[in-house]
Amino acid sequence: MKFSDQLEKRFADLVTHYPIKRSALVPMLLYAQDEVGCVSDEVVHEIATRLELTDLEVRNVVSYYSMLHTRPIGRYNIQVCTNISCMLRGAEKVFDHIRQRLGIGHKQDTPDGLFHLEEVECIGACCWGPAMQVNYDFHENLTQEKVDQVLETLKSNG
Amino acid sequence: MADLVSHRDEVKVVSRRFGQGATDIERYVALDGYKATQKALTIGGDAIINEVKASNLRGRGGAGFPAGMKWSFVPKQSPKPKYVLCNGDESEPGTCKDRLIFEHDPHSVIEGVIIAGIAVGSHQGYIYLRGEYRYLIEIMEKAVADAYARGFLGKNIFGSGYDFECAVQTGAGAYEVGEESALMESLEGKRGIPRIRPPFPAVVGLYGGPTVINNAETLANVPHIILGGGEWYAGLGTPKNGGTRLFCLSGSVNKPGVYELPMGYNLHKMIDEVAGGIWNGRKLKAVQPGGSSVPVLTADEVDVAMDFDSVMKAGSMLGSGGVVIIDDSTCMVKYALRVMKFYQHESCGWCIPCREGTDWLKKTLIRFHSGGGVRRDIDNIQYLSENMLGRTFCPLGDAAAMPTISIVKKFREEFEDHLDGKPCPFEDHGTIERLPVLAAYDHRTADPWTHPH
Amino acid sequence: MADVNITVDGRKITAPAGTLLIEACKSAGIEVPFFCYYPGLSLQGACRMCLVEIAKMPKLQTACTTVIQEGMVVTTTSDTVHQARKAMLEFVLQNHPLDCPVCDAGGECELQDMTFSYGASESKLIDFKNHKDEEQWSPVVFFDRPRCILCYRCVRVCNEGMDVAALGIQNRGSLSLIVPNHQDYLECEECGMCIDICPVGALTSGAYRYKTRPWEMNHVGTVCLHCADGCKTTLGVRRQGSGNQIVRGDNRDKSGTNGDFLCIKGRYAFDFVEHPERLKQPLVRKNGTLSPSSWEEALGLVARRFREARDNNGGASIGVIGSNRTTNEDNYLLQKFARLVLHTNNIDHHRTADYPAFVNALFGHANATASMREVLSAPALLLIGNDPTYQHPLLAWQIRTNVRLHGARLYVVNSWPIKLTRQANQFLRIPEGAEGKAAAFLAGDDSAAEALVTDKTTREKLVSFREKLQGEQKLVIILGSELRGPELARLVRAAAPAGAKFICLGDYANSRGAADMGLYPDLLPGYLPLSEVARFGEQWQSLPQEPGMDLQAMVSAGKERKLRALYVVGSNPIARYDIDPFALAETFVVVQDLFLTETANIAEVVLPAACAYEKSGSFTNTCGDLQLLRKAGDCEGVKPDFEIIVRLAELMGFEIAHLVPMGAGGMRADFGESRGVQSGEADRQAIWNWRQSYEPRVSPFHPFAVLEEIQRLVPGYGVRRLELLAGNDVHTATAGLAPGRTEADRSLLPSHDNLFTSGTLGRYCDVLNGVMETRLRLPNEKKGIAAD
Repeated sequence: MKFSDQLEKRFADLVTHYPIKRSALVPMLLYAQDEVGCVSDEVVHEIATRLELTDLEVRNVVSYYSMLHTRPIGRYNIQVCTNISCMLRGAEKVFDHIRQRLGIGHKQDTPDGLFHLEEVECIGACCWGPAMQVNYDFHENLTQEKVDQVLETLKSNG
Repeated sequence: MADLVSHRDEVKVVSRRFGQGATDIERYVALDGYKATQKALTIGGDAIINEVKASNLRGRGGAGFPAGMKWSFVPKQSPKPKYVLCNGDESEPGTCKDRLIFEHDPHSVIEGVIIAGIAVGSHQGYIYLRGEYRYLIEIMEKAVADAYARGFLGKNIFGSGYDFECAVQTGAGAYEVGEESALMESLEGKRGIPRIRPPFPAVVGLYGGPTVINNAETLANVPHIILGGGEWYAGLGTPKNGGTRLFCLSGSVNKPGVYELPMGYNLHKMIDEVAGGIWNGRKLKAVQPGGSSVPVLTADEVDVAMDFDSVMKAGSMLGSGGVVIIDDSTCMVKYALRVMKFYQHESCGWCIPCREGTDWLKKTLIRFHSGGGVRRDIDNIQYLSENMLGRTFCPLGDAAAMPTISIVKKFREEFEDHLDGKPCPFEDHGTIERLPVLAAYDHRTADPWTHPH
Repeated sequence: MADVNITVDGRKITAPAGTLLIEACKSAGIEVPFFCYYPGLSLQGACRMCLVEIAKMPKLQTACTTVIQEGMVVTTTSDTVHQARKAMLEFVLQNHPLDCPVCDAGGECELQDMTFSYGASESKLIDFKNHKDEEQWSPVVFFDRPRCILCYRCVRVCNEGMDVAALGIQNRGSLSLIVPNHQDYLECEECGMCIDICPVGALTSGAYRYKTRPWEMNHVGTVCLHCADGCKTTLGVRRQGSGNQIVRGDNRDKSGTNGDFLCIKGRYAFDFVEHPERLKQPLVRKNGTLSPSSWEEALGLVARRFREARDNNGGASIGVIGSNRTTNEDNYLLQKFARLVLHTNNIDHHRTADYPAFVNALFGHANATASMREVLSAPALLLIGNDPTYQHPLLAWQIRTNVRLHGARLYVVNSWPIKLTRQANQFLRIPEGAEGKAAAFLAGDDSAAEALVTDKTTREKLVSFREKLQGEQKLVIILGSELRGPELARLVRAAAPAGAKFICLGDYANSRGAADMGLYPDLLPGYLPLSEVARFGEQWQSLPQEPGMDLQAMVSAGKERKLRALYVVGSNPIARYDIDPFALAETFVVVQDLFLTETANIAEVVLPAACAYEKSGSFTNTCGDLQLLRKAGDCEGVKPDFEIIVRLAELMGFEIAHLVPMGAGGMRADFGESRGVQSGEADRQAIWNWRQSYEPRVSPFHPFAVLEEIQRLVPGYGVRRLELLAGNDVHTATAGLAPGRTEADRSLLPSHDNLFTSGTLGRYCDVLNGVMETRLRLPNEKKGIAAD
């Protein structure tokens, strides 16, 4: 399996950071997921081979980390924090609003494959809650209007 | 990009360069950057450790362990390489301070890592950031590359003959990896399960070598201590609690934000003045003064100096600096449930009491909050929490138990108000149950065993 | 190491420095409960059952991870400790289904026992339990997540103990679970160690599940009848019909040399005993076809034809082939029957190792053979040839465990990077077939280096390998059957004076015993030359002085119509040696076996025999460790080999007392030992005898009748009888006591069995044939018909 040149370069760079190859595992999985869309069986096997691990060892690690998923998901992963700080500032209403607007629930995807919705644990935006991440981008101090705006922009970007 | 706030009571040390464009290495150098590293190279390891000891700098991750003492545990001679780790896996609910440091002052962390390295005789540092902080990883990677380009990292730094390598590592979503030995496991490419101690990381840590691991804020303070002197830094705080601290004031307040205040600053004042008081004209009900892991303080208990020892005396903990302020419109049962749900989700599952305790408590609290509670549940919630307390493999079990026990003890009447099928007095009864993750583990609709995330 | 003094519950305990608190408590008889702790495996601290109070420590501490310190004061009985234990059990039972009534582990479950001892009497749980359906990972392994307490013993034993690493931990938190290496199935050695080590019913075996309840079984510790390593296997037997049925094999009795270990064969490959093709009636060829007959008719016919052949054509016209799977007593009796009753030295067996040359090389060196236990403790080991992981699983386990726990240095010489090279300090890769040259080089012959140098193995590497070896004290040298005759002898003679000990690897459960008991045409029991016949007594004087025919010669004689009769016991030479069946067309062939083998197919008479799980006696493993078999199961219609031979001798008019010594007072009472464990009063007496280590007194059909003679007459077998009767393994010292034979054994033929085959028997083991690994080519596997 071949990744993009850019990613291959990153991988090549990564393994120089550590005395043991295996240390590159978690970053490699996350970066591979960013490119492939998920940690597929193929990705697992490829990375296992490169790091001289068994598929089992890699899968055990994949399943531990909550950002890694083994199935493809919508292009925009809407991750709404509902942990305490955000909850106190109305995160549940934000989540409910997005759910109704997109017509999908937790860990579901819109039929057009554009959105994936997830309720997540604290993302480190406590002082700017309610907050969400769309893929890696933070959106903070959310209101219904702000959420609508974000969703509209994403939709029009396709 | 997170918004910055300010208050007249702030004493800016670690946040001194926030908003000053210090991500740019030239700008950073112009703002006294890397002077501390050069000084550290001249004064040497023992002097650094003495200075840090004198500063009364205590760990900003949550446990508050004196940093200088931690460093002094590292053996001078070691057959294996020594390592310095920066813990930037900031995941404690209510805490968002390291994020600002990485965003606004990345080089101060790198400097802290180098100085810690010089102090203990290490030549390799790793800066571990949580995976969600992707934009910060990019900032940090650029900062590291810039430092290499300027000869601040790599072979013979500053022409001193001292070599120091540094790399940035990303996590991939795991609160537990914030635990120091779990972080090492993660950095070694494994599941983030904590290690048995002893041996402690200072003796056997990353790759089996002696390892210093500190929170990002702790390390970012170090260059300032080296330049300003330990005594100066200690004087900013209270006895045994040196310096200032980034307090993340969040929740039901008018002006939430990250404020750098001296250690020992009064909590009441922090809520009323710095954070601008309770929002929507409501009243204060409770505070978690140190992130989601610590016992709650009631409105009557907030007249307390915010340093490790005073908060401990008041029955809670200073923890991570995340001050979560709860107003009187909040249902404390729901709050307890939300906290427990977090720990249930983040438990690594290694030990029985944490794995089963958090799961059991979450189920009970969900049922209880939605009107299915019975009287003996209240005692049982406390019983289960107390059985986790102090008996789990790592502190995560304690973190789940402590707030729960304090809420049951201090807000028992709120639990009683949920009995006998009565609707939650605080809100539309259905809201929280409609939230899917908060809904019980549901094997009818999904296969969480196969696709847990 | 220095001793450390601690106080536990007010009692002073002294233990060596470095001892874990949990072990120190155990040594003093203070019970500290645990799930995840397992001696010999890495520490976990996961189950939190062993929490104890240690003075000056603010929190309870896990006794399993705490190393004792001088002056430590520990409390294991306080209310806090009891409450902690109770709490852990309440927690672990939260999601547990409590399906004990239908759980295989019910009645022998550590969780049940702990709950009984320390648990709460009522459940506080109101909420639902997480559920996950049971999974089948292989024909052997089933996993039931809800019962799992996540002690990780299975993962560790697979990883650390077996070096297979087929199990992992997936997910986190309450969704954590044990997973197999291929997502929904296992590919592994199918050893079942994970099942055995599971403290609860989470891992269950396909061979046993839902068959019975643990308390319905009796447990018989006997010796595995498959490979030559001599593992003790505990067979769970249950009354059925007129006898005992074997329903389970496991490792409950950890007293054997194998300790915790058993492979798939030792654990599951007992199912051949109930195979539908098992012979349960004598067969006699009538009108060209083998037809069911009675024992009287069959034995009468055989006795008559043997006598005719002997009396008319002389003993030299009769051949006897013995077995690698029958007991020492059977084998001794068989060669005695051949030599005394049939008057012939024409006796042989399927040879898998050159034991006569091994014995010859060690002649004069006392105590130069290593036991299987010594493999676990030796500071250094040299392995030449063989692939123990697949051919000698216990040996491989001993080596791995020794390396892992005691830091033994392993040196491997092989033509293939066998799996054990992963544990090796040094690996010398040599060209195929160059084992003899390697032995010569290691023995000091520099000229042999020529044949060993390859692009991977330089001359410098050879020299440094030898130098390192020469620096080792108390080396145990393990010789594969690639080494024979003078090649083997040369290395042995070079290393023995330096204090090295040796193991010569044969292939079947009693290959060593067959050789030791004299199933050779030219050697008497104990590798004594025929000239030493006087040692065996008056009756033996009539024995021909010339060596008899070996197996190949017998077949040739058959072709030349000079072999009138051939008595084949527990062997399948037709298939094994690929013999043309018509070669024996004119020979009266009698086969005594469990199944209608290729050889049985050409027989005139087929006698159904009991297998080693259905009789008592003794086996000698490949190291020379002697162990007693205990009768576990029954098979209706069959007879033990021993009894068949005695009956034949009697029908041939031989004085039984000369064949089976019956003690000074003649025949003594049969206490039922030969009939199994549930035949009533007499058996209780026998069991009592066992427990008291008294010698049972026996009938002429009981193997002990000749064990006495073996012990008296066979060099090296004069071991402590009480040890043997107590069920322990006792190392014999045959090697070194007799001159044996110098030339290489030309008829030696390795079995080529691997983990999933076991000669003829393996063909009738559904478990072995059912696992997919049987069909996967294993490293270093050579093709060959599984037979014998």
